[in-house]
Amino acid sequence: MADVKKIATRESYGNALKELAEEFPDLVVLDADLAAATKTGIFKKAYPDRHIDCGIAECNMMGVAAGLSLVGKIPFVSSFAMFAAGRAFEQVRNSVGYPHLNVKIGATHAGITVGEDGASHQCNEDIALMRTIPGMVVMCPSDDVEAKAAVRAALEHEGPVYIRFGRAAVPVINDNPDYKFEIGKGTVVKEGTDVTIVATGICVDSAIGAAEKLAADGISAEVINICTIKPLDEEIILNSAKKTGKVVTVEEHSVIGGLGSAVCDCLCANNPVPVKKIGMQDIFGESGSAAALVQKYGLDAEGVYKSVKEFL
Amino acid sequence: MNNLELQKRANDVRKGIVTAVHSAKAGHPGGSLSAADAYTFLYFEEMNIDPANPDMENRDRFVLSKGHTAPGLYSTLANRGYFPVEDLKTLRKLGSYLQGHPCIHIPGVDMASGSLGQGISAAVGMALGAKLNNKDFRVYTLLGDGEIQEGQVWEASMFAGHRKLDNLCVIVDNNGLQIDGRIEDVCSPYPIDKKFEAFNFHVINVDAHDFDALRAAFKEARETKGMPTCIILHSVKGKGVSFMENNADWHGTAPNDEQYAVAMADLDKIEKELEKAGEA
Repeated sequence: MADVKKIATRESYGNALKELAEEFPDLVVLDADLAAATKTGIFKKAYPDRHIDCGIAECNMMGVAAGLSLVGKIPFVSSFAMFAAGRAFEQVRNSVGYPHLNVKIGATHAGITVGEDGASHQCNEDIALMRTIPGMVVMCPSDDVEAKAAVRAALEHEGPVYIRFGRAAVPVINDNPDYKFEIGKGTVVKEGTDVTIVATGICVDSAIGAAEKLAADGISAEVINICTIKPLDEEIILNSAKKTGKVVTVEEHSVIGGLGSAVCDCLCANNPVPVKKIGMQDIFGESGSAAALVQKYGLDAEGVYKSVKEFL
Repeated sequence: MNNLELQKRANDVRKGIVTAVHSAKAGHPGGSLSAADAYTFLYFEEMNIDPANPDMENRDRFVLSKGHTAPGLYSTLANRGYFPVEDLKTLRKLGSYLQGHPCIHIPGVDMASGSLGQGISAAVGMALGAKLNNKDFRVYTLLGDGEIQEGQVWEASMFAGHRKLDNLCVIVDNNGLQIDGRIEDVCSPYPIDKKFEAFNFHVINVDAHDFDALRAAFKEARETKGMPTCIILHSVKGKGVSFMENNADWHGTAPNDEQYAVAMADLDKIEKELEKAGEA
Protein backbone atom coordinates (compact mmCIF):
# COMPACT_ATOMS: atom_id res chain seq x y z
CA MET A 1 0.00 0.00 0.00
CA ALA A 2 3.05 2.24 -0.29
CA ASP A 3 1.55 4.04 -3.28
CA VAL A 4 -1.53 5.29 -1.39
CA LYS A 5 -1.73 9.08 -1.49
CA LYS A 6 -1.65 10.66 1.97
CA ILE A 7 -2.67 14.18 2.99
CA ALA A 8 -3.64 15.76 6.30
CA THR A 9 -7.23 16.99 6.41
CA ARG A 10 -6.01 20.38 7.74
CA GLU A 11 -4.14 20.72 4.43
CA SER A 12 -7.34 19.85 2.56
CA TYR A 13 -9.11 22.52 4.61
CA GLY A 14 -6.63 25.24 3.65
CA ASN A 15 -6.76 24.20 0.00
CA ALA A 16 -10.56 24.11 -0.02
CA LEU A 17 -10.82 27.61 1.46
CA LYS A 18 -8.59 28.94 -1.29
CA GLU A 19 -10.39 27.03 -4.04
CA LEU A 20 -13.84 28.21 -2.88
CA ALA A 21 -12.90 31.86 -2.30
CA GLU A 22 -14.04 33.09 -5.71
CA GLU A 23 -17.31 31.21 -5.61
CA PHE A 24 -18.12 32.51 -2.10
CA PRO A 25 -17.13 36.20 -2.14
CA ASP A 26 -18.47 36.75 1.39
CA LEU A 27 -16.13 34.11 2.82
CA VAL A 28 -13.59 35.51 5.28
CA VAL A 29 -11.17 33.44 7.33
CA LEU A 30 -10.23 34.13 10.94
CA ASP A 31 -7.29 32.64 12.74
CA ALA A 32 -5.62 33.05 16.12
CA ASP A 33 -1.90 33.09 15.30
CA LEU A 34 -1.94 29.57 13.90
CA ALA A 35 -2.32 30.18 10.16
CA ALA A 36 0.78 28.12 9.38
CA ALA A 37 -0.49 25.17 11.41
CA THR A 38 -4.21 25.28 10.63
CA LYS A 39 -3.29 25.83 6.95
CA THR A 40 -5.50 28.88 6.61
CA GLY A 41 -2.16 30.37 5.57
CA ILE A 42 -2.83 28.87 2.14
CA PHE A 43 -5.92 31.09 1.90
CA LYS A 44 -4.07 34.04 3.44
CA LYS A 45 -1.38 33.92 0.77
CA ALA A 46 -3.97 34.12 -2.01
CA TYR A 47 -6.47 36.46 -0.30
CA PRO A 48 -4.61 38.50 2.34
CA ASP A 49 -7.44 41.06 2.66
CA ARG A 50 -9.93 38.34 3.52
CA HIS A 51 -7.81 36.68 6.18
CA ILE A 52 -8.13 38.20 9.66
CA ASP A 53 -5.55 37.27 12.24
CA CYS A 54 -7.10 37.90 15.65
CA GLY A 55 -3.99 37.12 17.63
CA ILE A 56 -3.95 34.62 20.46
CA ALA A 57 -7.44 35.42 21.69
CA GLU A 58 -9.86 32.69 20.63
CA CYS A 59 -12.83 33.83 22.71
CA ASN A 60 -12.81 37.26 21.11
CA MET A 61 -12.25 35.69 17.69
CA MET A 62 -15.45 33.67 18.02
CA GLY A 63 -17.39 36.84 18.89
CA VAL A 64 -15.81 38.79 16.04
CA ALA A 65 -16.94 35.99 13.71
CA ALA A 66 -20.45 36.30 15.12
CA GLY A 67 -20.45 40.03 14.43
CA LEU A 68 -19.10 39.56 10.91
CA SER A 69 -21.83 37.04 10.13
CA LEU A 70 -24.44 39.57 11.27
CA VAL A 71 -23.30 42.03 8.61
CA GLY A 72 -23.29 39.56 5.73
CA LYS A 73 -19.93 37.82 5.87
CA ILE A 74 -19.46 34.04 6.03
CA PRO A 75 -16.65 33.63 8.53
CA PHE A 76 -14.62 30.43 8.80
CA VAL A 77 -12.99 30.53 12.24
CA SER A 78 -9.86 28.49 12.78
CA SER A 79 -7.79 27.32 15.65
CA PHE A 80 -6.80 24.02 17.20
CA ALA A 81 -9.84 22.01 18.32
CA MET A 82 -8.72 22.43 21.94
CA PHE A 83 -9.13 26.19 21.72
CA ALA A 84 -11.98 26.50 19.20
CA ALA A 85 -14.29 24.01 20.89
CA GLY A 86 -12.70 23.92 24.31
CA ARG A 87 -11.49 27.35 25.36
CA ALA A 88 -14.14 29.20 23.37
CA PHE A 89 -16.96 26.76 24.11
CA GLU A 90 -19.16 29.28 25.83
CA GLN A 91 -18.62 31.84 23.10
CA VAL A 92 -19.62 29.23 20.50
CA ARG A 93 -22.64 28.35 22.59
CA ASN A 94 -23.87 31.85 23.41
CA SER A 95 -22.53 34.09 20.63
CA VAL A 96 -22.89 31.65 17.71
CA GLY A 97 -25.23 28.79 18.64
CA TYR A 98 -27.94 30.63 20.56
CA PRO A 99 -28.52 33.28 17.86
CA HIS A 100 -27.98 30.51 15.23
CA LEU A 101 -25.49 32.55 13.23
CA ASN A 102 -23.90 31.61 9.94
CA VAL A 103 -20.46 30.97 11.43
CA LYS A 104 -18.29 28.04 10.38
CA ILE A 105 -15.66 26.65 12.71
CA GLY A 106 -12.73 24.84 11.15
CA ALA A 107 -10.94 23.16 14.04
CA THR A 108 -7.65 21.46 13.30
CA HIS A 109 -5.25 19.30 15.35
CA ALA A 110 -8.11 17.30 16.83
CA GLY A 111 -7.55 14.07 18.72
CA ILE A 112 -4.38 12.24 19.73
CA THR A 113 -2.74 12.44 16.29
CA VAL A 114 -1.62 15.92 17.30
CA GLY A 115 1.20 13.71 18.53
CA GLU A 116 4.31 15.07 20.18
CA ASP A 117 2.63 18.18 21.71
CA GLY A 118 0.94 15.85 24.15
CA ALA A 119 -2.27 15.78 26.14
CA SER A 120 -2.66 19.54 26.67
CA HIS A 121 -3.19 19.94 22.92
CA GLN A 122 -4.93 16.65 22.11
CA CYS A 123 -8.60 17.49 22.09
CA ASN A 124 -10.68 14.35 22.60
CA GLU A 125 -13.75 16.23 23.78
CA ASP A 126 -14.72 18.56 20.93
CA ILE A 127 -17.35 16.37 19.27
CA ALA A 128 -19.05 15.91 22.63
CA LEU A 129 -19.03 19.63 23.35
CA MET A 130 -20.20 20.75 19.93
CA ARG A 131 -23.01 18.24 19.53
CA THR A 132 -24.70 19.50 22.68
CA ILE A 133 -25.31 22.90 21.07
CA PRO A 134 -28.77 23.11 19.49
CA GLY A 135 -28.66 23.65 15.73
CA MET A 136 -24.93 22.96 15.40
CA VAL A 137 -23.84 20.72 12.51
CA VAL A 138 -20.82 18.61 13.51
CA MET A 139 -18.62 16.97 10.89
CA CYS A 140 -15.45 14.91 11.06
CA PRO A 141 -14.13 14.10 7.58
CA SER A 142 -12.10 10.97 6.93
CA ASP A 143 -9.78 12.12 4.17
CA ASP A 144 -8.85 14.81 1.67
CA VAL A 145 -11.85 14.27 -0.59
CA GLU A 146 -14.34 14.34 2.24
CA ALA A 147 -12.69 17.28 4.00
CA LYS A 148 -12.97 19.44 0.89
CA ALA A 149 -16.56 18.34 0.32
CA ALA A 150 -17.40 19.17 3.94
CA VAL A 151 -15.99 22.69 3.62
CA ARG A 152 -18.12 23.31 0.54
CA ALA A 153 -21.20 21.86 2.23
CA ALA A 154 -20.61 24.08 5.26
CA LEU A 155 -20.47 27.18 3.08
CA GLU A 156 -23.68 26.17 1.30
CA HIS A 157 -25.43 25.45 4.62
CA GLU A 158 -27.14 28.33 6.45
CA GLY A 159 -26.27 28.16 10.15
CA PRO A 160 -23.43 27.19 12.46
CA VAL A 161 -21.14 24.33 11.47
CA TYR A 162 -18.21 22.70 13.26
CA ILE A 163 -15.70 20.72 11.19
CA ARG A 164 -12.92 18.70 12.77
CA PHE A 165 -9.63 18.28 10.94
CA GLY A 166 -6.47 16.38 11.81
CA ARG A 167 -2.79 17.21 11.87
CA ALA A 168 -1.38 13.94 10.54
CA ALA A 169 -1.35 12.86 6.90
CA VAL A 170 -3.99 10.20 6.26
CA PRO A 171 -4.70 8.01 3.22
CA VAL A 172 -7.16 9.21 0.59
CA ILE A 173 -10.00 6.67 0.72
CA ASN A 174 -12.95 8.39 -0.95
CA ASP A 175 -11.33 9.06 -4.32
CA ASN A 176 -13.90 7.23 -6.45
CA PRO A 177 -16.42 8.45 -9.02
CA ASP A 178 -19.44 7.28 -6.98
CA TYR A 179 -18.51 9.37 -3.93
CA LYS A 180 -21.19 11.89 -3.02
CA PHE A 181 -21.26 14.13 0.02
CA GLU A 182 -24.32 15.39 1.81
CA ILE A 183 -24.58 16.81 5.33
CA GLY A 184 -26.30 14.22 7.52
CA LYS A 185 -25.66 11.25 5.22
CA GLY A 186 -23.34 8.38 6.08
CA THR A 187 -21.76 5.99 3.61
CA VAL A 188 -21.58 2.20 3.61
CA VAL A 189 -17.92 1.79 2.68
CA LYS A 190 -18.01 -2.00 2.78
CA GLU A 191 -21.01 -4.29 3.08
CA GLY A 192 -21.07 -7.12 5.62
CA THR A 193 -23.40 -9.29 7.70
CA ASP A 194 -21.76 -10.25 11.03
CA VAL A 195 -20.92 -6.94 12.67
CA THR A 196 -21.29 -3.22 11.91
CA ILE A 197 -18.27 -0.98 12.38
CA VAL A 198 -19.26 2.69 12.49
CA ALA A 199 -16.26 4.99 12.22
CA THR A 200 -15.55 8.68 11.81
CA GLY A 201 -12.57 10.75 10.71
CA ILE A 202 -9.22 9.06 10.40
CA CYS A 203 -10.65 5.93 12.05
CA VAL A 204 -12.61 5.07 8.89
CA ASP A 205 -9.37 3.91 7.31
CA SER A 206 -8.60 1.82 10.41
CA ALA A 207 -12.07 0.28 10.23
CA ILE A 208 -11.58 -0.66 6.60
CA GLY A 209 -8.23 -2.26 7.47
CA ALA A 210 -9.81 -4.11 10.39
CA ALA A 211 -12.62 -5.38 8.15
CA GLU A 212 -10.03 -6.86 5.79
CA LYS A 213 -8.35 -8.68 8.67
CA LEU A 214 -11.72 -9.91 9.94
CA ALA A 215 -12.57 -11.19 6.47
CA ALA A 216 -9.43 -13.35 6.59
CA ASP A 217 -10.89 -14.89 9.75
CA GLY A 218 -14.21 -15.50 8.03
CA ILE A 219 -15.99 -12.59 9.71
CA SER A 220 -18.04 -10.32 7.46
CA ALA A 221 -17.92 -6.75 8.81
CA GLU A 222 -19.96 -3.88 7.42
CA VAL A 223 -18.12 -0.55 7.58
CA ILE A 224 -20.03 2.73 7.79
CA ASN A 225 -18.35 6.11 7.45
CA ILE A 226 -20.13 8.75 9.49
CA CYS A 227 -18.75 12.16 8.60
CA THR A 228 -21.72 14.10 9.98
CA ILE A 229 -22.07 13.21 13.64
CA LYS A 230 -24.87 15.73 13.98
CA PRO A 231 -27.40 15.44 12.47
CA LEU A 232 -26.71 11.70 12.55
CA ASP A 233 -27.74 9.43 9.68
CA GLU A 234 -29.90 7.20 11.87
CA GLU A 235 -31.34 5.26 8.95
CA ILE A 236 -28.01 3.91 7.75
CA ILE A 237 -27.06 2.81 11.28
CA LEU A 238 -30.43 1.22 12.09
CA ASN A 239 -30.57 -0.65 8.78
CA SER A 240 -27.12 -2.09 9.35
CA ALA A 241 -27.74 -2.92 13.02
CA LYS A 242 -30.92 -4.76 12.04
CA LYS A 243 -28.85 -6.89 9.68
CA THR A 244 -25.79 -7.58 11.88
CA GLY A 245 -27.18 -7.28 15.41
CA LYS A 246 -23.83 -5.98 16.73
CA VAL A 247 -22.25 -2.55 16.47
CA VAL A 248 -18.73 -1.27 17.10
CA THR A 249 -17.95 2.46 16.99
CA VAL A 250 -14.46 3.84 16.32
CA GLU A 251 -13.35 7.42 16.88
CA GLU A 252 -10.25 9.42 17.74
CA HIS A 253 -12.16 11.01 20.60
CA SER A 254 -13.37 10.20 24.07
CA VAL A 255 -15.89 7.37 24.20
CA ILE A 256 -17.95 9.76 26.32
CA GLY A 257 -20.14 12.03 24.25
CA GLY A 258 -18.76 11.47 20.76
CA LEU A 259 -19.70 9.24 17.83
CA GLY A 260 -20.11 6.21 20.10
CA SER A 261 -22.54 8.03 22.33
CA ALA A 262 -24.47 9.40 19.36
CA VAL A 263 -24.80 5.90 17.88
CA CYS A 264 -25.88 4.50 21.26
CA ASP A 265 -28.50 7.25 21.61
CA CYS A 266 -29.90 6.22 18.26
CA LEU A 267 -29.82 2.47 18.90
CA CYS A 268 -31.18 2.70 22.47
CA ALA A 269 -34.20 4.62 21.27
CA ASN A 270 -34.94 2.51 18.23
CA ASN A 271 -33.35 -0.94 18.26
CA PRO A 272 -31.11 -1.78 21.21
CA VAL A 273 -28.24 -4.10 20.22
CA PRO A 274 -24.87 -4.70 21.91
CA VAL A 275 -22.39 -1.89 21.21
CA LYS A 276 -18.65 -1.63 21.81
CA LYS A 277 -17.16 1.84 21.78
CA ILE A 278 -13.55 2.14 20.63
CA GLY A 279 -11.88 5.47 21.37
CA MET A 280 -10.10 7.21 24.22
CA GLN A 281 -11.38 5.34 27.29
CA ASP A 282 -11.88 8.31 29.64
CA ILE A 283 -8.15 9.06 29.74
CA PHE A 284 -5.83 11.82 28.54
CA GLY A 285 -3.35 11.20 25.74
CA GLU A 286 0.43 11.74 25.91
CA SER A 287 3.39 12.74 23.77
CA GLY A 288 4.52 10.48 20.96
CA SER A 289 4.34 10.18 17.21
CA ALA A 290 0.85 10.05 15.74
CA ALA A 291 1.45 6.50 14.50
CA ALA A 292 2.74 5.31 17.87
CA LEU A 293 -0.20 6.87 19.71
CA VAL A 294 -2.80 5.46 17.36
CA GLN A 295 -1.23 2.03 17.87
CA LYS A 296 -0.96 2.34 21.66
CA TYR A 297 -4.57 3.43 22.07
CA GLY A 298 -5.89 0.78 19.72
CA LEU A 299 -7.18 3.05 16.98
CA ASP A 300 -5.20 1.53 14.11
CA ALA A 301 -6.47 -1.35 11.95
CA GLU A 302 -4.84 -3.95 14.18
CA GLY A 303 -6.28 -2.39 17.35
CA VAL A 304 -9.77 -2.19 15.90
CA TYR A 305 -9.47 -5.77 14.60
CA LYS A 306 -8.52 -7.03 18.07
CA SER A 307 -11.32 -5.12 19.78
CA VAL A 308 -13.91 -6.43 17.35
CA LYS A 309 -12.67 -9.99 17.82
CA GLU A 310 -12.96 -9.64 21.60
CA PHE A 311 -16.45 -8.24 21.23
CA LEU A 312 -17.77 -11.01 19.00
CA MET B 1 -34.80 66.53 19.97
CA ASN B 2 -34.11 69.09 22.71
CA ASN B 3 -32.91 68.17 26.17
CA LEU B 4 -36.31 68.55 27.80
CA GLU B 5 -37.88 66.17 25.31
CA LEU B 6 -35.01 63.72 25.83
CA GLN B 7 -35.48 63.96 29.59
CA LYS B 8 -39.18 63.17 29.18
CA ARG B 9 -38.39 60.19 26.97
CA ALA B 10 -35.80 58.97 29.44
CA ASN B 11 -38.36 59.22 32.22
CA ASP B 12 -40.78 57.14 30.14
CA VAL B 13 -38.00 54.61 29.61
CA ARG B 14 -37.42 54.48 33.36
CA LYS B 15 -41.13 53.90 34.00
CA GLY B 16 -41.04 51.05 31.50
CA ILE B 17 -38.02 49.52 33.24
CA VAL B 18 -39.61 49.61 36.67
CA THR B 19 -42.93 48.34 35.35
CA ALA B 20 -41.34 45.47 33.41
CA VAL B 21 -39.19 44.31 36.31
CA HIS B 22 -42.07 44.63 38.78
CA SER B 23 -44.31 42.58 36.49
CA ALA B 24 -41.61 39.95 35.98
CA LYS B 25 -40.88 39.83 39.73
CA ALA B 26 -37.25 39.53 38.62
CA GLY B 27 -34.69 41.35 36.52
CA HIS B 28 -32.09 44.08 36.78
CA PRO B 29 -33.40 47.58 37.47
CA GLY B 30 -30.22 49.25 38.85
CA GLY B 31 -28.03 49.09 35.75
CA SER B 32 -31.02 49.65 33.47
CA LEU B 33 -31.87 52.92 35.23
CA SER B 34 -28.24 54.13 35.32
CA ALA B 35 -28.02 53.75 31.54
CA ALA B 36 -31.53 55.01 30.73
CA ASP B 37 -30.33 58.44 29.56
CA ALA B 38 -27.67 56.85 27.33
CA TYR B 39 -30.20 54.41 25.87
CA THR B 40 -32.55 57.29 25.22
CA PHE B 41 -29.92 59.46 23.58
CA LEU B 42 -28.75 56.61 21.36
CA TYR B 43 -32.19 55.56 20.14
CA PHE B 44 -33.92 58.96 19.98
CA GLU B 45 -31.03 61.09 18.76
CA GLU B 46 -27.75 59.46 17.90
CA MET B 47 -28.28 56.31 15.90
CA ASN B 48 -29.40 55.99 12.30
CA ILE B 49 -32.28 53.55 12.78
CA ASP B 50 -35.84 53.02 11.63
CA PRO B 51 -38.26 51.26 14.02
CA ALA B 52 -40.53 50.49 11.04
CA ASN B 53 -37.62 48.74 9.34
CA PRO B 54 -35.54 47.18 12.11
CA ASP B 55 -33.37 45.23 9.66
CA MET B 56 -32.50 48.26 7.49
CA GLU B 57 -29.18 47.28 5.93
CA ASN B 58 -27.18 50.40 6.61
CA ARG B 59 -28.59 51.02 10.10
CA ASP B 60 -26.30 51.74 12.99
CA ARG B 61 -25.92 48.69 15.23
CA PHE B 62 -26.23 48.43 18.99
CA VAL B 63 -25.02 45.48 21.06
CA LEU B 64 -26.01 45.38 24.72
CA SER B 65 -22.92 43.68 26.08
CA LYS B 66 -24.23 44.07 29.63
CA GLY B 67 -27.22 41.99 28.60
CA HIS B 68 -28.74 41.75 32.07
CA THR B 69 -29.92 45.34 31.70
CA ALA B 70 -32.32 44.15 29.00
CA PRO B 71 -35.23 45.96 30.70
CA GLY B 72 -33.48 49.23 29.81
CA LEU B 73 -33.04 48.23 26.19
CA TYR B 74 -36.55 46.77 25.86
CA SER B 75 -38.17 49.82 27.39
CA THR B 76 -36.22 52.08 25.04
CA LEU B 77 -37.13 49.98 21.99
CA ALA B 78 -40.79 49.93 23.03
CA ASN B 79 -40.88 53.67 23.62
CA ARG B 80 -39.15 54.19 20.29
CA GLY B 81 -41.88 52.20 18.53
CA TYR B 82 -40.28 48.83 17.81
CA PHE B 83 -43.02 47.01 19.73
CA PRO B 84 -45.93 47.90 22.07
CA VAL B 85 -44.99 49.40 25.45
CA GLU B 86 -47.71 47.17 26.93
CA ASP B 87 -45.61 44.10 26.03
CA LEU B 88 -42.97 45.15 28.59
CA LYS B 89 -45.24 43.55 31.20
CA THR B 90 -44.56 40.14 29.61
CA LEU B 91 -40.83 40.40 30.40
CA ARG B 92 -39.33 37.07 31.50
CA LYS B 93 -42.69 35.30 31.36
CA LEU B 94 -43.09 31.91 29.73
CA GLY B 95 -43.91 32.32 26.04
CA SER B 96 -42.93 36.00 25.89
CA TYR B 97 -40.56 37.17 23.19
CA LEU B 98 -39.01 39.48 25.79
CA GLN B 99 -36.53 36.99 27.18
CA GLY B 100 -34.60 37.66 30.39
CA HIS B 101 -31.58 38.58 28.32
CA PRO B 102 -31.59 39.96 24.75
CA CYS B 103 -32.24 37.36 22.08
CA ILE B 104 -31.90 37.90 18.37
CA HIS B 105 -35.59 37.50 17.52
CA ILE B 106 -36.69 40.67 19.32
CA PRO B 107 -37.41 43.56 16.92
CA GLY B 108 -34.54 46.03 17.14
CA VAL B 109 -32.13 43.68 18.91
CA ASP B 110 -28.99 43.26 16.80
CA MET B 111 -27.28 40.54 18.82
CA ALA B 112 -28.06 38.05 21.57
CA SER B 113 -26.17 38.81 24.74
CA GLY B 114 -26.11 38.27 28.46
CA SER B 115 -22.96 36.28 29.06
CA LEU B 116 -20.68 39.15 30.04
CA GLY B 117 -17.73 40.13 27.89
CA GLN B 118 -19.14 38.62 24.70
CA GLY B 119 -21.20 41.48 23.28
CA ILE B 120 -18.22 43.73 22.71
CA SER B 121 -16.58 41.09 20.51
CA ALA B 122 -19.67 40.83 18.33
CA ALA B 123 -19.77 44.63 18.07
CA VAL B 124 -16.12 44.63 17.03
CA GLY B 125 -16.94 42.02 14.37
CA MET B 126 -19.78 44.18 13.04
CA ALA B 127 -17.52 47.23 12.90
CA LEU B 128 -14.84 45.24 11.10
CA GLY B 129 -17.47 43.92 8.69
CA ALA B 130 -18.60 47.46 7.93
CA LYS B 131 -15.02 48.37 7.06
CA LEU B 132 -14.56 45.26 4.88
CA ASN B 133 -17.85 45.96 3.07
CA ASN B 134 -17.15 49.70 2.71
CA LYS B 135 -20.31 50.54 4.65
CA ASP B 136 -20.53 53.68 6.72
CA PHE B 137 -22.77 52.51 9.56
CA ARG B 138 -21.53 52.84 13.13
CA VAL B 139 -21.58 50.26 15.90
CA TYR B 140 -22.31 51.00 19.55
CA THR B 141 -21.94 48.64 22.46
CA LEU B 142 -22.78 49.19 26.11
CA LEU B 143 -20.77 47.49 28.86
CA GLY B 144 -21.03 47.45 32.61
CA ASP B 145 -18.13 48.59 34.75
CA GLY B 146 -18.22 45.23 36.51
CA GLU B 147 -18.32 43.52 33.12
CA ILE B 148 -14.92 44.86 32.18
CA GLN B 149 -13.45 42.47 34.73
CA GLU B 150 -14.00 39.85 32.00
CA GLY B 151 -10.78 39.17 30.10
CA GLN B 152 -12.58 38.95 26.78
CA VAL B 153 -13.34 42.68 26.97
CA TRP B 154 -9.62 43.36 26.73
CA GLU B 155 -9.07 40.83 23.95
CA ALA B 156 -11.76 42.67 22.01
CA SER B 157 -10.36 46.09 22.90
CA MET B 158 -6.85 45.13 21.82
CA PHE B 159 -8.23 43.92 18.49
CA ALA B 160 -10.42 47.02 17.97
CA GLY B 161 -7.53 49.35 18.74
CA HIS B 162 -5.17 47.37 16.52
CA ARG B 163 -7.65 47.49 13.63
CA LYS B 164 -8.30 51.24 14.19
CA LEU B 165 -12.07 50.69 14.17
CA ASP B 166 -13.17 54.32 14.32
CA ASN B 167 -16.73 53.25 13.48
CA LEU B 168 -16.91 51.58 16.89
CA CYS B 169 -18.09 53.31 20.06
CA VAL B 170 -17.66 51.36 23.29
CA ILE B 171 -19.72 52.75 26.17
CA VAL B 172 -18.95 51.79 29.77
CA ASP B 173 -21.66 52.45 32.34
CA ASN B 174 -19.55 53.35 35.36
CA ASN B 175 -22.16 53.28 38.10
CA GLY B 176 -19.58 51.89 40.52
CA LEU B 177 -21.58 48.94 41.82
CA GLN B 178 -21.74 45.26 41.01
CA ILE B 179 -23.61 42.39 42.66
CA ASP B 180 -21.13 41.87 45.46
CA GLY B 181 -20.64 45.55 46.21
CA ARG B 182 -18.47 48.47 45.06
CA ILE B 183 -16.36 47.62 42.02
CA GLU B 184 -13.21 48.94 43.67
CA ASP B 185 -13.82 46.61 46.62
CA VAL B 186 -14.64 43.52 44.58
CA CYS B 187 -11.86 43.69 41.96
CA SER B 188 -11.04 47.20 40.90
CA PRO B 189 -11.03 47.93 37.18
CA TYR B 190 -9.83 51.52 37.82
CA PRO B 191 -8.44 53.51 36.14
CA ILE B 192 -10.90 52.63 33.37
CA ASP B 193 -9.96 55.52 31.10
CA LYS B 194 -6.23 54.79 31.26
CA LYS B 195 -6.86 51.16 30.44
CA PHE B 196 -8.81 51.94 27.26
CA GLU B 197 -6.23 54.56 26.31
CA ALA B 198 -3.55 51.91 26.66
CA PHE B 199 -5.54 49.78 24.21
CA ASN B 200 -5.43 52.65 21.67
CA PHE B 201 -8.91 54.07 22.22
CA HIS B 202 -9.91 57.71 22.28
CA VAL B 203 -11.52 58.05 25.71
CA ILE B 204 -14.21 60.49 26.84
CA ASN B 205 -15.41 60.78 30.44
CA VAL B 206 -18.94 62.09 30.69
CA ASP B 207 -21.76 62.75 33.16
CA ALA B 208 -24.25 60.04 32.21
CA HIS B 209 -27.28 62.10 33.18
CA ASP B 210 -26.44 65.33 31.32
CA PHE B 211 -27.79 65.37 27.77
CA ASP B 212 -25.56 68.27 26.71
CA ALA B 213 -22.56 66.23 27.81
CA LEU B 214 -23.87 63.09 26.09
CA ARG B 215 -24.50 65.04 22.88
CA ALA B 216 -20.99 66.44 22.89
CA ALA B 217 -19.42 63.06 23.71
CA PHE B 218 -21.16 61.14 20.93
CA LYS B 219 -20.34 63.92 18.46
CA GLU B 220 -16.70 63.75 19.48
CA ALA B 221 -16.78 59.96 19.06
CA ARG B 222 -18.23 60.30 15.56
CA GLU B 223 -15.56 62.82 14.61
CA THR B 224 -12.67 60.77 15.98
CA LYS B 225 -10.80 59.08 13.15
CA GLY B 226 -8.17 56.35 13.16
CA MET B 227 -9.12 54.83 16.50
CA PRO B 228 -12.20 53.53 18.31
CA THR B 229 -13.78 55.66 21.02
CA CYS B 230 -14.67 54.66 24.57
CA ILE B 231 -17.24 56.80 26.36
CA ILE B 232 -17.20 56.29 30.12
CA LEU B 233 -20.57 57.17 31.61
CA HIS B 234 -20.26 58.40 35.17
CA SER B 235 -23.66 57.31 36.33
CA VAL B 236 -25.80 56.67 39.37
CA LYS B 237 -27.02 53.11 39.70
CA GLY B 238 -30.80 53.07 40.08
CA LYS B 239 -31.01 56.70 38.86
CA GLY B 240 -34.47 58.21 39.19
CA VAL B 241 -35.89 55.87 41.82
CA SER B 242 -35.06 57.25 45.26
CA PHE B 243 -34.55 54.01 47.18
CA MET B 244 -32.66 52.28 44.36
CA GLU B 245 -30.06 54.98 43.83
CA ASN B 246 -26.48 53.97 44.67
CA ASN B 247 -27.63 50.72 46.24
CA ALA B 248 -26.09 47.46 45.01
CA ASP B 249 -29.04 45.53 46.42
CA TRP B 250 -31.08 46.79 43.46
CA HIS B 251 -28.70 45.30 40.91
CA GLY B 252 -30.92 42.30 40.32
CA THR B 253 -33.96 42.62 42.54
CA ALA B 254 -37.53 43.44 41.55
CA PRO B 255 -39.63 45.87 43.57
CA ASN B 256 -42.67 44.47 45.40
CA ASP B 257 -46.05 46.16 45.00
CA GLU B 258 -45.41 48.79 47.66
CA GLN B 259 -41.94 49.57 46.40
CA TYR B 260 -43.28 49.73 42.86
CA ALA B 261 -45.81 52.37 43.93
CA VAL B 262 -43.03 54.45 45.50
CA ALA B 263 -40.85 54.08 42.40
CA MET B 264 -43.64 55.16 40.07
CA ALA B 265 -44.46 58.10 42.37
CA ASP B 266 -40.81 59.17 42.14
CA LEU B 267 -40.93 59.05 38.37
CA ASP B 268 -44.36 60.74 38.23
CA LYS B 269 -42.89 63.56 40.26
CA ILE B 270 -40.01 63.94 37.81
CA GLU B 271 -42.49 63.91 34.95
CA LYS B 272 -44.52 66.73 36.53
CA GLU B 273 -41.35 68.75 37.07
CA LEU B 274 -40.38 68.27 33.43
CA GLU B 275 -43.86 69.31 32.29
CA LYS B 276 -43.65 72.41 34.47
CA ALA B 277 -40.23 73.20 33.04
CA GLY B 278 -41.72 72.88 29.57
CA GLU B 279 -44.49 75.35 30.33
CA ALA B 280 -42.09 77.84 31.85
